[in-house]
Amino acid sequence: MIGPSTVLAAEFPPSVEDFYLPSILPWGAHDSYWFTKITVLVWVAVAAIIIFFLVSYRKPQLVPTKKQWMAESAYGFVRNNIAIEMIGPRGINFAPYLTTLFMFVIVMNFFSIVPFIQISPNSHIAFPAILAVISYVMFIVVGIRHHGFFKYLKTALIPPAPWFILPLLIPIEFFSNFLVRPFSLAVRLFANMFAGHMLLLVFTLGGFAMINANAWLAPISVVSWLMTIALTFLEFLVICLQAYVFTVLTASYVQGALADEH
Amino acid sequence: MINSLTYLAEAAEETKHNPIIPVWQEIVVGSAAFIVLCVVLMKFVFPLMEKTFQARVDAIEGGLKRAETAQAEANELLEQYRAQLAEARTEAARIRDEARADAEGIRQDVLAKAREESDRIIAAGNEQLSAQRESILRELRSEVGTLAVDLASKIVGESLADEARSRGTVDRFITELGAGTGGR
Repeated sequence: MIGPSTVLAAEFPPSVEDFYLPSILPWGAHDSYWFTKITVLVWVAVAAIIIFFLVSYRKPQLVPTKKQWMAESAYGFVRNNIAIEMIGPRGINFAPYLTTLFMFVIVMNFFSIVPFIQISPNSHIAFPAILAVISYVMFIVVGIRHHGFFKYLKTALIPPAPWFILPLLIPIEFFSNFLVRPFSLAVRLFANMFAGHMLLLVFTLGGFAMINANAWLAPISVVSWLMTIALTFLEFLVICLQAYVFTVLTASYVQGALADEH
Repeated sequence: MINSLTYLAEAAEETKHNPIIPVWQEIVVGSAAFIVLCVVLMKFVFPLMEKTFQARVDAIEGGLKRAETAQAEANELLEQYRAQLAEARTEAARIRDEARADAEGIRQDVLAKAREESDRIIAAGNEQLSAQRESILRELRSEVGTLAVDLASKIVGESLADEARSRGTVDRFITELGAGTGGR
């Protein structure tokens, strides 16, 4: 158990600084970001996913074993329920990337409720931003490849509307398709994980703050910690939902880029 | 508490973090990690899965096709057997009819032969009968003649010396007798 002294090392109320833990190597440094809990977690996530898939799919069989079935269900879920559902038959080509994305996001998110880890790398905007930029570049490249540069711009920017309204619509389309999309994608995931961690911090640290301030407040501290447990379940929901939403939105952008009509 | 206070003091000295500004080192690390993940999964895992899915589809479809061909073969065989059975049945019926016709023919033959035979036997009997009758008649004629002559000579009491005369008398008697019976 993390003792109060360690937890209380962070002050109450929690602040943004609680998301930037001292680095591991060099130990305790505050301005070094190469080797921190966050980056370690990223590598752990990558390693865990790779090991899971490689081990469970080392000897694929027609009649799957339990492990193989699990790996196949993860891929099959994204392939059938997201890629093919959103994009259509061509979605199979995007299924590998979408599954990779989904697995990466969900495992990274999941760290936020794993005991003793309890922070997700996705609560640092750098990671959602990378994924959002990849999705952004991908749907634009897919669109240009499919339509050609000018035709893609035309289908993306010029909705079928009367000519006199176009001067208004084109900037809106440009704004929503090419400026807001990557930003909203990244911020949605980041903010959810950030807020989740913040909530857990508030209720956990709040409990300690109250019990420290006055022993009579101990029952309320207990309530506060019970809230933490409840919020952990909520957080689990958010984890899955946000991973799903990120993947679905990426698929939907690709679908929009491939669509022939508006 | 003292610990936390010193930490707070330290933190306060640090530049404040803005959660919306990404840390570039994290971007580098995250990109590298994600690229590694993408390469491994998209190169070595998911294509394999697609292949397995395809193989599974093939296996199932192949099984279905095999079952279908087996079914078709069985149906064909059944049809063949049925046709053979029907053929055998008509053949049997034909044979039965033929046999019946043959039997009828044979019966007719036998009947005809028997009739012929009986006719022949009857005819032979008739012939024999008439021949016998002739010979008996002939015998009777001579005997009757003798008897009559004997009787007559006994009655008359005299022997008829002249044979020729007596023969003439007898012949006359018999002719009369024949005329008497000739009306029959």
